[in-house]
Order: sequence, then C-alpha cells, then structure tokens
Amino acid sequence: MTDRFRDKILPVTAILLAIVAAWYVGAYMLNAPFQRDLDRRAGETPTFSEFVVKTMTQPKPTLPAPHQVAVNFYENTFLRSVTSARSLVYHSWVTLSSTLAGFAMGTLLGIVIAVGIVHVTTLDRSLMPWIITSQTIPILALAPMIIVVLAAVGITGLLPKALISTYLSFFPVAVGMVKGLRSPDAIHLDLMRTYNASKAETFWKLRLPASVPFLFASMKVAVAASLVGAIVGELPTGAVAGIGSKLLSGSYYSQTIDMFAALVAGSVVAVLLVTAVGLTGRIVERAMGARPA
Amino acid sequence: MSVVQAQGLGLTFNTNDGPVHALSNVNLTIEKGEFVSFIGPSGCGKTTFLRVIADLEQPTDGTITVNGLSPREAREARGYGYVFQAAGLFPWRTIERNVALPLEIMGYPKVEIAQRIARTLDLVNLKGFEKKFPWQLSGGMQQRASIARALAFDADLLLMDEPFGALDEIVRDHLNEQLLQLWDRTNKTICFVTHSIPEAVYLSTKIVVMSPRPGRVTDVIESTLPKERPLDIRESPEFLAIAARVRDGLRAGHSYDD
Repeated sequence: MTDRFRDKILPVTAILLAIVAAWYVGAYMLNAPFQRDLDRRAGETPTFSEFVVKTMTQPKPTLPAPHQVAVNFYENTFLRSVTSARSLVYHSWVTLSSTLAGFAMGTLLGIVIAVGIVHVTTLDRSLMPWIITSQTIPILALAPMIIVVLAAVGITGLLPKALISTYLSFFPVAVGMVKGLRSPDAIHLDLMRTYNASKAETFWKLRLPASVPFLFASMKVAVAASLVGAIVGELPTGAVAGIGSKLLSGSYYSQTIDMFAALVAGSVVAVLLVTAVGLTGRIVERAMGARPA
Repeated sequence: MSVVQAQGLGLTFNTNDGPVHALSNVNLTIEKGEFVSFIGPSGCGKTTFLRVIADLEQPTDGTITVNGLSPREAREARGYGYVFQAAGLFPWRTIERNVALPLEIMGYPKVEIAQRIARTLDLVNLKGFEKKFPWQLSGGMQQRASIARALAFDADLLLMDEPFGALDEIVRDHLNEQLLQLWDRTNKTICFVTHSIPEAVYLSTKIVVMSPRPGRVTDVIESTLPKERPLDIRESPEFLAIAARVRDGLRAGHSYDD
C-alpha cells in the first residue's frame, strides 16, 4: 500500500498539482491587464489579494481559472437534463456517436487495405505513397470540402462527420496491420507451407491471429484520431450539436469557460475511448493465451 | 521403393557476394524405416538438404525424389512432417489446438482430430497438458509438442532440423531416448540434422557426414549398433569406434583456413 502510494499516487498527484499551479499563475497573468483596465476605469484600487480574486472570477476571462472550468463542467455535465442543448453529456454523445461510426469504418477500411497490401504485390508497391499523401493534407482544409460535396449529393447528418473520422483513423490501422500481418516468423510460414496450406488458411490461422496485438495498438491511436476527426467535422458545418459546435459557438461569443469545459469533455471522451480499446485488447489477448504481464 | 533418392543434387544461392554453393553433387538414398542423421559444421548444407526434401528450397542441379514423387508433389500429398529447430508453436493456440493445426488444414473430421490429438500427445508423453498454452511449458515440452504436431497426420517421413539443439544436455538425452522409442513404435523414416556426434551415433542407422564450401557429402556410415539402444550404449567400444569415424570424417572435410 505504501509502495503504491510512493510509486504511483505521489508522483501523479505532484505533477497534477504542478500543472494546476502553473495554470493559476497563467490565468492571473493573462487576465490581469484587462482587470487592471476595468479597475482603472471604475476608479477602484483593490489590494493585491482582492485583485487576484478578481482575475480568477471574470465572466469571460482570457484564460479561465481551473476552478471556473471545473464548476462549468460540473454544472453542464451533472445538473442539466441530458437532452438539454447546454448539457455536455448531450454534446459528447453527438460527437461520440459519429466518432464510433467513423472509427468502425476506419478500422475496417484499414484492415482491408492492409490485407490488400500484404497479398497483392501491385498494391504493396503502389498504395502506400497515396496513403501517406492522404495524411499530409491538413484535415482542416479537407473537412469542409467533404461536408459540402456530400451535402450536394444529399448526404448530411452523421455520415459526413463519420467519414472525416474514417479518413483520419484508417491510416494507423492500415500501417499497424501491414506490420502485424507480416509479423509471423519465417518458421511459422515454412510450417504452413509444409502443410500445403492455402493462402486463405495461412491468413486465417496464422497472419490474422499474429496481427491482433498490432491491431489493438493501432486502434488506440485510431480511436483518438477519430475523435479529433469528429470534432473537426463539426466546426465547418454549422453543426448545432457536438463538442466541435460547442467550441465554435464558445469562440463566437467569447465564452472561454464554455470552450474549456467542452475541451475537458472532449478529453474525458478520449480517455474513455482509449481505455475501452485498451481493455478490449487486453481481454482479447488474454483469451488468446497471452502471458499475463 | 526408396523414401528419398538424390542424384547429383546441387543448390547454388545467388547472393550479392556472388554464388554460394550450398549443396554440390549430393548422391544419397534413404530407405524406408531408416533413421538417418546429417552431421557437419555450419554451412555444410545439411539443413538445406532437408529443406530441399521438404520443397522449401529448390535445387539448381540434379534430381531428387521423395516417396517416388518430386518434392513438390510429396509436399502437396502431405508426405512428410517437419520439425524445426525452434518449437514454432502458435502462441495463441493451446497445445491441443497446436497439434490440431495440420489436421484442420488437411480437413480431418472433428472426431478424428480429437482422437489423433489424444494419441499423438500420449506418444510424446504430454498427456494432461492439452489445455496449456505454449509459454506454460518448458522448452523440452514445447519441442515434444511440436513433434506431436508433426506426427499427428501420420506422414511416413519425419524431417527434423536440429530439434534438440537449443535444449540442455539432460533434456536432450531424455528426448533422444524417447525419440528412439517413438521411431521403434511407429516405424517411420526419420531424417535428423544435428551438430552433435554422440547424438548422431546414438540415434542413427545411417550417418551422413557433410562438409562446407561447397556443401557436400564426405562419408556415409552405416551403424552397426543394435536397434535396442540403452543410454549407456554410448560407453561401448562399438559406439566409440563409430563416433571416431564420424569425427575423422568431419576433420577430413573441414578446411581449417577460416
């Protein structure tokens, strides 16, 4: 117990406190000029401690203090009905649903591409440069085009956003799966050859099971990328719901506290998603006989 | 009919540093039921020869037949079981699923797969370890499981490439004894690659001594030891005489210029 405290809880808490402290200092420094201006116009001369409190309680601060974000996050997460447009749960769910749809399609697409690359020499030689090129185009530039083009052919709503997630998430899966499907030892491939196994049998019985650890590692990256894709997809669409739209409307009206609370909601969703993928991976690998760590 | 017949067999790998003559003019006949060891320093082509029999490498010269067929046809007819230097078990399959692997690929019915798993695991003394994953077994047990896997589909020819090379001597002695019993019971033809003179002499009815650059056969020794071989036969004068001949053969073939 004391070991756990010393090795885990203590360092994690120390880092967290350091970040929060730095944040408070930053909030004071960034909000101070505006507060000074306000006080000068109102003719007030607060003491230093009064002044510090004022910088931490502005309604539209340049950098909200941690407790302002925490209160906003708490109110909009736990005190609102989940169907309310002010509820962060509601917005998170909207973003989460397109993230999951995009992640599922991206993972599938990534696997299909990897299978193609491993089995078809032409694809192996020609596809990778295109895939890498696709990822060098800033998604921020591409997202509005995808949304507009799809809207023009009558596709709106969840799917366009999900496709942006797909676009971002297939890449790590494809790269990871190519490596995974090629991971079997020469000895295992020779063994399958001595059995005169077909390509399909080698795939299902050897390549695919061998690639599972690689798949889950790349899915962890992909799920985070999917979330980014979904949020970015909400920005140019005038979407009325979702973490992205919350960020956008926050920036229109200088609701910095709302924006930070939405960012926190986004990170919470990201942590949950990555953890869920990691846990699923652990369970699957355990079922496949992985040695417990 | 001979199980393996090689005539003027040669294999040259073209590497960036020029051609490497892995095998050159190998003439060898292996009859049914023989236990043949291939011994020689690394680079002498013993593993390559085994891989040619298994159709894992293609010869560039000469002819070879396996069970009267070309190596490719023999492989397609699943005419041999191959045991590699490492156990090469699939880590995500339990021991019984590993043994079942070739049977699944060869399309055996479920009931027969179960029977064959039970029989072959019994043959290599691994009863009770069916549900274990490979990492839960010692190296020697893993290698026994891989032998069970090679035996499961009843090919008459067993090709073994230094299967006990990575094991310690005590385990190796034990497995050698078990392998002889297994050979005796199943009446299979076994081709066995090894580095170890005592192992080769103890196991074989025929010892093929090979030497490198180019890989070639320098001596073929027919063993005069009886089929019944307790471990202490290795101290008998007859055993030592054969071992001495093998050692001489190795020395004669080995150029000490490197």
